[in-house]
Amino acid sequence: MRRFVGDWPLFGIALALSLYGLATVYSAGQTDVKTVATFAWRAQTVWIILAIIGCFIATRASVRMLDWLTLPMYALTILLLAATLAGFGCGAGTAASTKSWICLGSHRIGQPSELAKVTVVLMLARVLSAKKDPPKTLAELWKPALVVGIPWLMIMLQPDLGTGLAFIGIFFGMLFWAGVSWPLLLLIASPVVSLIGAVNVYVWGAWFIILIALVYRYRPYLGEGIVLVVANFVMGVLAPVLWDRLQPYQQKRLLTYLDPSADARGSGYHVIQSIVAIGSGGWFGKGYTLGTQKRLAFLPAQHTDFIFSVVGEELGFIGVTLALSLFLLLLLRTIRIAARANESFSSLIAIGLAASWFVHMLINVGMTLSLMPITGIPLPFFSYGGSFMLASWLAVGILMRIASEGRGGRADGFAI
Amino acid sequence: MSFHPNDVARRARTASFITAGIIGLLVAAFFRTQVLDQARYALQSEENRLREVPLPAPRGIIYDRNGLIIAENVPGYSVSILSPSADSLRTSLERLTGTISLSKGDIEIALRRYRRAPNRPTVVLSDAKFDVVSVLEEHRVEFPGLIIQAAPKRFYPDSSAVASIVGYTGEITEDELKKPAYQSYKSGQQVGKGGLERFYEPQLRGREGTRFVEVDARGRVVREAGARQDIAPLGAEPLQTNIDLKLQEFVANIFGDSLQGGVVALDPFTGGVLALYSAPSFNPNRFVGGIPADYWRELTTDPRHPLYNKAIQGTYPPGSTWKLATAVLGLESGQVSMKQHMPTPCTGGYQYFNRYFKCWDHRGHGNLDLQGAIEKSCDVYFYQLGLTLGLEKLIAGGVSLKFRERTDIDLPSETRPIFPDAIRYYDERYGPRRWTRAVTLNLSIGQGENDQTVVNMARFYTALATDGRAAQPMIVKGNPKRERIFSLSPDQMEGLRTALAGVVAEGGTAAASRINGVILAGKTGSAQNAQDPTRDHAWFVGFAPADNPKIVVAVMLEFGLHGSRAARIASAIIAQYLHQQTASLIQTEG
Repeated sequence: MRRFVGDWPLFGIALALSLYGLATVYSAGQTDVKTVATFAWRAQTVWIILAIIGCFIATRASVRMLDWLTLPMYALTILLLAATLAGFGCGAGTAASTKSWICLGSHRIGQPSELAKVTVVLMLARVLSAKKDPPKTLAELWKPALVVGIPWLMIMLQPDLGTGLAFIGIFFGMLFWAGVSWPLLLLIASPVVSLIGAVNVYVWGAWFIILIALVYRYRPYLGEGIVLVVANFVMGVLAPVLWDRLQPYQQKRLLTYLDPSADARGSGYHVIQSIVAIGSGGWFGKGYTLGTQKRLAFLPAQHTDFIFSVVGEELGFIGVTLALSLFLLLLLRTIRIAARANESFSSLIAIGLAASWFVHMLINVGMTLSLMPITGIPLPFFSYGGSFMLASWLAVGILMRIASEGRGGRADGFAI
Repeated sequence: MSFHPNDVARRARTASFITAGIIGLLVAAFFRTQVLDQARYALQSEENRLREVPLPAPRGIIYDRNGLIIAENVPGYSVSILSPSADSLRTSLERLTGTISLSKGDIEIALRRYRRAPNRPTVVLSDAKFDVVSVLEEHRVEFPGLIIQAAPKRFYPDSSAVASIVGYTGEITEDELKKPAYQSYKSGQQVGKGGLERFYEPQLRGREGTRFVEVDARGRVVREAGARQDIAPLGAEPLQTNIDLKLQEFVANIFGDSLQGGVVALDPFTGGVLALYSAPSFNPNRFVGGIPADYWRELTTDPRHPLYNKAIQGTYPPGSTWKLATAVLGLESGQVSMKQHMPTPCTGGYQYFNRYFKCWDHRGHGNLDLQGAIEKSCDVYFYQLGLTLGLEKLIAGGVSLKFRERTDIDLPSETRPIFPDAIRYYDERYGPRRWTRAVTLNLSIGQGENDQTVVNMARFYTALATDGRAAQPMIVKGNPKRERIFSLSPDQMEGLRTALAGVVAEGGTAAASRINGVILAGKTGSAQNAQDPTRDHAWFVGFAPADNPKIVVAVMLEFGLHGSRAARIASAIIAQYLHQQTASLIQTEG
């Protein structure tokens, strides 16, 4: 048996993040009145150990084997997602009204959407690496769009806006890595930009002029161009009009449908308490386990979605900077692995996993400061929860394998 | 896909740059929140977790001149609730009604208090009985935000005897909170409501302390103490008064339940208030911690108006007690002397143009000098003296003798006496040429447009008792303030005192009120009663001993019919005081 050369820096960063996260989960449980979070750190410890074991198992799987597994796993993912929608789904915690969990009777088995984050990356990598040249027109993008679009639609129906956003991040990250040009990426994203820009008619107007200029410069096929312009027009002009015609309670119901955890106890209350917790931390924080906002239950979901607020409150700006630096190192290391992979499939997998972590981190951390909408998306390696911890460490395992097979690793000295 | 190593390296650089850039922006956002805005959020987080429980300061003790206690503090309990929201408070209160009796109105009041200061504990019972407190302590776990607090409670050992002086305390009202004078007050605090308690509120208040309790997001009290250093309450300095508590009790006893009226007893040289009483009185202890509705109704519907201070708020025609003012003005202007007679002797009345003005004694007093006229209180003599002076002089003199001014006694709501300021007054009141000079006659015997408070008549007599200087009545000890209101020679002063002593001597109008061994000087008066003309108010204002005055007493007896009845009360008060103060003097003079 030949030697496996692991990417130990990557492993070290992931381990550091996991331990930092575990310490924070422990602190999150230190409240004046016992909560579900009180003993979460014990389960989290078990999950981390299991996840690291899973990571090592994943390193045993060659890229070739992943390639071979991709299609069946993708099919399984679609099946499971369909099952959640078909009546086997149930909710948990703050998102009790959603159906993101697979349930048998009253037992929650797991979240297919966590699996989907990995399998969609694999499937997308496979589709994008199949062609020698990157997609140059919108029409050529139908296959990748379908690969992401089907599970995305099913997840949005659960509904799980956070995971849905993660998929969009993965999609754009991998298209960029595959060599899709900037203007095309911009055109794909344009309807979303229109939707966001629609809050201000001048902003939207300016964007629409830029879009026309882009379409003229880039010269897509006529059909594509028309679809794009119409899509932007609909998003920018009709959406606000339709939105305004809705009653406030209908608007709220729509927002709650998109994200049930957002308005669990009065809109805005959670995020305000989170900002207060973080802001009161100052340079060095109130001291490990001593955060008053956390201790007195002002922080919502302090061991899961809002775990980063605990870091901010107790360890201050220094603690926050340390955590964000670790994330930056993790991402830079992963990009490095992607750049050194010996073929496009594994390279795309690496960048897809990086994109997934990045979007999770950005949305979760941004949410604690109200820079992002509250969507109930976990922070990788930090938030309490087994599925996501396992998925993150499986990703580490896959990345270590890719690193081992790529430049800098010694793929030639390794085989199953 | 395009997978040339150069392309990949370029994309890796771009991806790394974007990642680092966005994380850098995140770090910047955290820097702004945690470092630049830290103070603001630190404050907000403290406000989140800490609730200030007020520790009421004991009010200043009020002493009489001999160190006896007029007002003190006794241990009491207040019950309040900390609540995260109005709804939660309502629920808590509704559950509390099972344990203590709270009406719907009480709950609404508590909710209003909550809305005004949601971060302070809402007072539910400001004076809880001990048995209620012990029941609540037993069920404490069921009411997470419940705060039971030792709160000093005001107590007046002599209760109704001192009510006219001290007033009472009570919870600050919403109207009071809106006034600038109370801007440093918070809802639920106790505040002086009348008398000394109100007048000296800033001195008596003390400084409220604070206990910090820690609450969680649901408003449960997590830590009772130690969350932050408590601020201890600071008790106020005691208030030393001129009141002679024994005399005050004596006055209250004389009036009992049947008589009504007002009494003011002053030290003639310092203006120190020895006693001040308004009958009927009320029990100020029942006001503390919220007055029971039935007692309030009883007080406000009583036709004798117990809450109306007849010593400083009530104004009554001074009647014959005011003749001394006419006499003083006559002597001061030199138009009359003590031995001078008036042109027309008293035959029971006086013809002034087409009107006949009666003397109170229809039998007539004959030909009297000023001394005799004062002793007999002869109206006919004073009609003529008034006419000699003239209306202008009479009015100007009355004004300079301060019959238009408050005494500025240190009590709230003193009424300003009624007296004309000039001839113009009559024009404005009755219209020009709708009145005649006949008003001069009424004015000179203390009738007409002249209504005086008891305390103001007492002040005037401090000037008669001394040297023409009137002393400002002061309850609390301080520098005496005296002001000259007239100048008479020592002989003239002596003459007036002799005349006043004659009132109480054999043949005077209050002969029955003599005190053995003491020369009492004073003047009776009957004031026409607007409510019931058949039942005059009775006055007596006087001082003793006549040659060396120690006390000035003004007594006004509502529906007292004749001044001699008021004189009997005054002489009893004076005798009591002199007995207390100068038992030896009485013996030597006897």
